[in-house]
Amino acid sequence: MSGEPLLRIEGLRTRFGTFAAVDGVDLEVPRGRTLGIVGESGCGKSVLSLSVMGLVPRPGRVAEGRVVLEGRDLLTLPPGEMRRVRGGQVAMIFQEPMTSLNPVHSIGAQIVEAMRAHEPGARDLRGRAIEALRRVRIPSPERRFEEYPHQLSGGMRQRVMIAMALACNPRVLIADEPTTALDVTVQAQILDLLRALQAETGMSIILITHDLGVVAEMADEVAVMYAGRVVERAPVAAVFEDPQHPYTIGLLGSVPRLDEDRARLLAIEGSVPPPFALPPGCRFAPRCPFAVAACREEVPALRGIGAGHGVACIRAPVELAA
Amino acid sequence: MTVPLLELEGIARHWPVKGGVVRAVDGVSFSLRRGETLALVGESGCGKSTTARLALRLIEPSAGRARIDGVDINGLSGGALRRMRRRAQIIFQDPFASLNPRLSVGDAIEEPLIVHGVGDKAARAARVRELLGLVGLAEWQAGRFPHEFSGGQRQRIGIARALAVQPELIICDEPVSALDVSIQAQVVNLLKDLQARFGLAYLFIAHDLAVVKHMADRVAVMYLGRIVEVAETRRLFADPRHPYTRALLAAIPRPDPRRRGMVTPLGGDVPSPLNPPPGCRFHTRCPLAQAVCREVEPPAVEVAPGHHSACHFAAELPPVEQVAEGGLSPVAARRLALFGQSAPSTLT
Repeated sequence: MSGEPLLRIEGLRTRFGTFAAVDGVDLEVPRGRTLGIVGESGCGKSVLSLSVMGLVPRPGRVAEGRVVLEGRDLLTLPPGEMRRVRGGQVAMIFQEPMTSLNPVHSIGAQIVEAMRAHEPGARDLRGRAIEALRRVRIPSPERRFEEYPHQLSGGMRQRVMIAMALACNPRVLIADEPTTALDVTVQAQILDLLRALQAETGMSIILITHDLGVVAEMADEVAVMYAGRVVERAPVAAVFEDPQHPYTIGLLGSVPRLDEDRARLLAIEGSVPPPFALPPGCRFAPRCPFAVAACREEVPALRGIGAGHGVACIRAPVELAA
Repeated sequence: MTVPLLELEGIARHWPVKGGVVRAVDGVSFSLRRGETLALVGESGCGKSTTARLALRLIEPSAGRARIDGVDINGLSGGALRRMRRRAQIIFQDPFASLNPRLSVGDAIEEPLIVHGVGDKAARAARVRELLGLVGLAEWQAGRFPHEFSGGQRQRIGIARALAVQPELIICDEPVSALDVSIQAQVVNLLKDLQARFGLAYLFIAHDLAVVKHMADRVAVMYLGRIVEVAETRRLFADPRHPYTRALLAAIPRPDPRRRGMVTPLGGDVPSPLNPPPGCRFHTRCPLAQAVCREVEPPAVEVAPGHHSACHFAAELPPVEQVAEGGLSPVAARRLALFGQSAPSTLT
């Protein structure tokens, strides 16, 4: 954690009508490193990334906060300027590459289109697009350039998406569940590729995932989200070795591990509250085995406990609470 | 030897398509004992879900047979087939797609009882209430409709429906893959509890090997329509004897940042089951492939009692490199234990 972060999210609140899908999030994305955002469906992790991109679907809107990329607040940029940032300095890849590619245009045409949008006068776009395909380790890129999305496997399509996202050398790549739809051997290839490309380009990555294994493989810093808020922030080793928030502890216990035998998984009872029926106080309290009356009164703030580690829980560390 | 509850023998399903034949399942044999969990694992397109459907004769095989309790189900029809099916039920990955949106949950759970002519109306209603309780839902929820439930609750409904007719075997086709991790753990625990209580056998189809290790007694690994390795779970994970199994195990992202980047991923994609490669089907991706692998299809050999591998070099593979897996840190382990002890037990 040295120097000014590349991207800083401050007090971000994204509302859909009366409820906030992202409700007061502060995060920093360090330069050349990976921030993993972990959480289950409905925790707000995808809305958070769309907010950074200025792509929140209606009727949603960013109600409060700042998204500062190298000194500029992206939320105050005029639409034309933001369009240049999007795909230029900040690019994004999604879970299902098939739905993000246009089925009636060749792979090559789509990469060229993305490049042309950002550099209207550029030359030899075909050559550069083929180079982009080679960079993501697609075999025989000249042939692939002419092919259509349905001719590629899921893993190859995700490589094409990455090639397209990196075509304009972004500073930040937002990867929203990039390997969730892929088979495990292909997932390993894509994660390996992302790591190699990060080392090559020095870009920062915001990796959104529900998979703690993927976080452990990829992230330098981790934010755990629950019901629209960050409940824990820490360097990756600390999340696994010193998990503080009861939700983080419960998540770790829910995942079966290959390196130990447990008769029963921990399981967090109940389910995530919908954003229109949030409980008072700490949103995890109804499912938390450590909750006391005070937890239901006030939303706990994220408090620092040293070494870049923060937790939004008044009962942490839980061994002192129990 | 007692008769296995479920036995597949050289079962195959080929789909003719333009340009050839898709060999979705191409000669699969295994047996499942009462009360046992056998996992079928593999990546998309390996044929594991088709195998599950063949086991219940939800689709007809192109070759081979499926026996339940020694009786060839492909020779049955009408009432005899229906009676046999009562003993084997199935639950699916997406419980929403498999529930009729117009039937209340109570009616959905009652339906199999009506189909199989179980009890009168009052007895069935009592059974529905009992089943809801068994899967952790409340009686009053019987009048609700599927859209009013979360994914995890819908899977509980699917399980209640499968349990209704008191089967001996439940085929679980990716039952937790669509669920969030915390909910996945609830459903996995529920399936284990029900198995202990009713002596159920599970044919457990999954792609998540960590879940499989937790659930299964034995594991069969499939690749392109064939079983490439089968062994008792502990053995399969400790000493896999097929390079594909090794690659699968290595590729699982471990929730342990200390292990980062210690594995070289397997290259390439799964080839198409339309015209699969000759010889060993895995040779196009296998880091150890030799000339013989490209020409001769390897037979399954028994490398240890109950442990079969279809690799020419099954016996010669070096021991797997046991990458130090530290398990949980003491601090994390203590907190997990505290979480477990203090967990509120009755929440729905």
